[in-house]
Amino acid sequence: MATTAFVASPARAAPGGQAKKETPLKFAAHSKNAGKMDRFIPNRSASNLDVANFNVSREARDVENLDALSPTKLEYKKQLAANLGQDGSARILAFKQKAPAPAEGFENPMASLYTANNGPKVKKTFRAVPQQPDRILDAPDLVDDYYLNLLDWGSTNSVAVALNQAFYLWNASSGDIQELLSAQGDDYITSLSWAADGKHVAVGFSNSLTQIWDAERCKPIRNLNGHAARVSSLSWNQHTLSTGGRDSLILNHDVRVREHITATLRGHEQEVCGLKWSPNGTQLASGGNDNLLMIWDAANDRPTHRITAHQAAVKALAWCPFQSNLLATGGGTADRTIKFHNTHTGALLNSIDTGSQVCSLQWNRHERELLSSHGFSQNQLCLWKYPSMAKVAELTGHTSRVLHLAQSPDGTTVVSAAADETLRFWRVFQSAETPAKAAKPAGAGASTMMRSVNIR
Amino acid sequence: MSATAQATKNQITLKGSVATVTEFFQHALSSILYQRGIYGPESFEPKKAYGLTVMAVKDDKLTAYLQAVLQQFSKWLEGGALQKVVLVVTGVASKEVMERWTFDIQTDKAVVSGSAPLPKKSESQITSEIQAIIRQITASVTFLPLLQDTCTIDLLAYTDKENEVPLDWEESDPRYIKNAADVKLRAFSTKVHNVEALVSYKADEDDMM
Repeated sequence: MATTAFVASPARAAPGGQAKKETPLKFAAHSKNAGKMDRFIPNRSASNLDVANFNVSREARDVENLDALSPTKLEYKKQLAANLGQDGSARILAFKQKAPAPAEGFENPMASLYTANNGPKVKKTFRAVPQQPDRILDAPDLVDDYYLNLLDWGSTNSVAVALNQAFYLWNASSGDIQELLSAQGDDYITSLSWAADGKHVAVGFSNSLTQIWDAERCKPIRNLNGHAARVSSLSWNQHTLSTGGRDSLILNHDVRVREHITATLRGHEQEVCGLKWSPNGTQLASGGNDNLLMIWDAANDRPTHRITAHQAAVKALAWCPFQSNLLATGGGTADRTIKFHNTHTGALLNSIDTGSQVCSLQWNRHERELLSSHGFSQNQLCLWKYPSMAKVAELTGHTSRVLHLAQSPDGTTVVSAAADETLRFWRVFQSAETPAKAAKPAGAGASTMMRSVNIR
Repeated sequence: MSATAQATKNQITLKGSVATVTEFFQHALSSILYQRGIYGPESFEPKKAYGLTVMAVKDDKLTAYLQAVLQQFSKWLEGGALQKVVLVVTGVASKEVMERWTFDIQTDKAVVSGSAPLPKKSESQITSEIQAIIRQITASVTFLPLLQDTCTIDLLAYTDKENEVPLDWEESDPRYIKNAADVKLRAFSTKVHNVEALVSYKADEDDMM
């Protein structure tokens, strides 16, 4: 509309342009018809109006001039010609009924052929490991001794912790606290271990005595003697209790019979601070202050393997739940490594430097992961992916070395006891499927994270 | 086998040719749907045909859909009315035509009308020709661009204008692809019908050097 008008009366165009020159942009921007109308060109001195007119009118007339046509138009003409070339112009019919849709959430399987990663896209999103503990409990008077084993979590969901002379049970489901026993005189508790049934607990004392208590009835069942020095480590294997002491001896007790000592395992030269039976009950691993790791088979009293890999005391021992002959061990301050051993062949599979003394190790039963607790300087818990040994998470919070770790019966929560006299519960092993209710006691009121309970 | 039996076997009847072409379409369309990943692999099962293992449709709804279409194709082929079969692959989200598989059919009208004698061609030769096309469809995966979003299919048929439109079919536009790249595939012939295959896909501007 504008073109012809201006061509006809160029004289009028100029004053019109001048008048509107101040506000052409504003007009275009605010007008509702801005998109539909021509852009207002204020000054037409630059355009050759005669040529423009010719071009405009030529386009309408000259259809055959292929240079002026856009590529899509060319394509269309080509296809149209091809189509019309067939005898009797064809009718194109489409089937009315629509094809069924592919399944919901269907992904083109061809995509997997072309992605950079090899194999199908099994995308396993890593779970978020909470960086804060679920709860913190006060544990005053916890003995700061690297060689003792003062924490265990029983299968009835009860945490046993020894605070110097007193032995406490904390029920994780209800939050109840119970003092089971108290050592007399100058004696203190040096080790403890829940039996598999969760009802009996073995307690080792500094006076070289071991006692078995019924935790439900709070009564002592049995006394076991045999050591010459404090009993620093305990491990159950069904009805057999193995005890390790500062006298460097390991004694196997059959708790059902009168003459309870069934075997005396000699091999270590110093205190036996780490003692663990394998989950299948065939091998016993022991670590001592003499830097030795010994693997004992159930029948013999000479060690099957005597491993000198570590440079410091071997207290942290953990058998792999998903691979039967794999043992993870951690070394003390001078060593700082986590080593993996094949206990059938005695071979060292892997060794990684953690930078800090390894006090305790716990395997994740749900995923292929290992949790280690450390001392100076971070006092952290490290979660490692196995077998790549990539550090997945680092949990800090303790202000002193994290001496002991214990795992909940459902394998989702780990409790750590540290020299800063606190127990912290970390929901670090939570598997994706289990809801986050495992370790929370009934009616706990999860609003406050830091609920400190004095269990003196 | 006697000579006469062999001779009659090689003789292509109209019905036989229609059956061959329809069966070819069934396998070719199933192969395309499987290879291009339009439907999940669980909707298909392997079947032996033409000396190859082709993927046949297992899913009920899809089978019913294809059967209805193929039945109509048969009818048209018998009348010599079917000129082209086009499988259009459209993206659901983008509503754009991603791929266009064209099967051009040339019918010997004389045979259809019955005026010319029946031609001769050995069955094994036809089978090997069809086998080659099916192989090419499978191989096309190497050069066809990946279909990113979920796609739907549409079947178009180019027919003679004279026939009346069946109830299940409606008029449509050709559904061309803008900036298409064409790849001509092989052809097979039963002497009564000659089928040529062609695939058009979107030639992505960015991919071109």
